[in-house]
Amino acid sequence: MDCKRTLELLPAHLDQELGLPESREMDQHLQTCAACHNAFASQSALRDAVKQRATYFQAPIDLESRIRAALPLEPEIAAATAKRRPWQWGSWNWLNAGTMLASLVVLVWSAGLYLATPSPNELLAEEVVSSHVRSLMVNHLADVASSDQHTVKPWFDGKLDFSPPVADLTAQGFPLVGGRLDYLDHRSVAALVYRHRLHLINVYIWPAANERQTALHNLSIQGYHLLHWSEAGMVYWMISDLNPHDLMTLTRILQAQAQRTPS
Amino acid sequence: MTVTEAMKAKRFGEMALPHLNAAYNLARWLTHSDQDAQDIVQEAYLRAFKFFDGFHGNDARAWLLAIVRNTTYTWLQQNRNHVHSVFFDEDFHDLNEADSATLCDQPDNNPAAILARNDDKRLLDRALEQLPVEFREVLVLRELEDLSYKEISHIAGIPIGTVMSRLARGRRLLQACLERMN
Ligand SMILES: [Zn+2]
Repeated sequence: MDCKRTLELLPAHLDQELGLPESREMDQHLQTCAACHNAFASQSALRDAVKQRATYFQAPIDLESRIRAALPLEPEIAAATAKRRPWQWGSWNWLNAGTMLASLVVLVWSAGLYLATPSPNELLAEEVVSSHVRSLMVNHLADVASSDQHTVKPWFDGKLDFSPPVADLTAQGFPLVGGRLDYLDHRSVAALVYRHRLHLINVYIWPAANERQTALHNLSIQGYHLLHWSEAGMVYWMISDLNPHDLMTLTRILQAQAQRTPS
Repeated sequence: MTVTEAMKAKRFGEMALPHLNAAYNLARWLTHSDQDAQDIVQEAYLRAFKFFDGFHGNDARAWLLAIVRNTTYTWLQQNRNHVHSVFFDEDFHDLNEADSATLCDQPDNNPAAILARNDDKRLLDRALEQLPVEFREVLVLRELEDLSYKEISHIAGIPIGTVMSRLARGRRLLQACLERMN
């Protein structure tokens, strides 16, 4: 292993994230090369300093009780009436319901095991959430910021090997904010950004692996609602913190549009 | 309240509340504010409870911290004017150690600064505080929470290779900041 490679892998070696063969090679190099060894020593000293001396902020003592008090008793009803009833953990007599709970626990537990392995769609859903959050976070919603579909659609030409359907939907309450290139499911995809009131919606589009149409699925992750389907040879993933009802409206509009203009 | 609902709440409490310090520490480091961190953590727990049915993994801490992180960024987004300085754009990926000059305190010689300089702990906190948020968050997750690259990759929604490069760059920037401040 040469110095260049050693220095590249130094942080991972420091964090004990390298495989055994690589970390052996690293150790060998570090024993014989003073320059790399110095770099390792200084990075390791900095790491130790942060670990030991940077402040670890402990949660204030009353935060836990406030969280317990704020958790709704019955989320559906509480949300509907916007009324939050404080309640206490452990105020229930668990022993009385013990037998019933035990069988429920077994059921939930086995379901948990069964579901523990994420499906490809679940992994993709996580990618979509990350991409959505990133687009908001780095203030990088659009590479081409325009509500004009005749500006946004041609912008994708030559950047993608397909032409995504682009339409401004201001009239239907979903103005187009713009478009950008993104990367999902190991390929470049088109991301169209729509707005509804104060909510931003990312719609990711790429060609489907086969022509088969897939039904609409929806899921919620970390407070975001996701809808995905495939239509007219294209895969669609939509994500937003907008309510599912309004997202469904946008979905219907996009589906109708795809049927009118098959790509 | 049904039995399953009660059980859900109980399971949620047992699973999520042990990670309250981790949640608060992350939000506190990302926002620099005790009050904001408390609000964010409280909201994140409510969100997590709402979506608890969808949690089937076994790394509750990483699952919860991902929600805390997303809640924090949503919050920062909504309060952008207030905290615009913690935002960065992609150009920051090209920033090098020389640019730490623009990030870090300049050394000065007033008594408070000299005192701070002699206080490793305050110095480290100040240097870490001034790092762009993308580097700060991976450093906090790695050094203060002892999380693996895989867990950080899940929480921050970035590939493992990016976790490694951000940690490396973050440490170099931190080093440069400390040297400038000293
Ligand atoms: Zn070397």
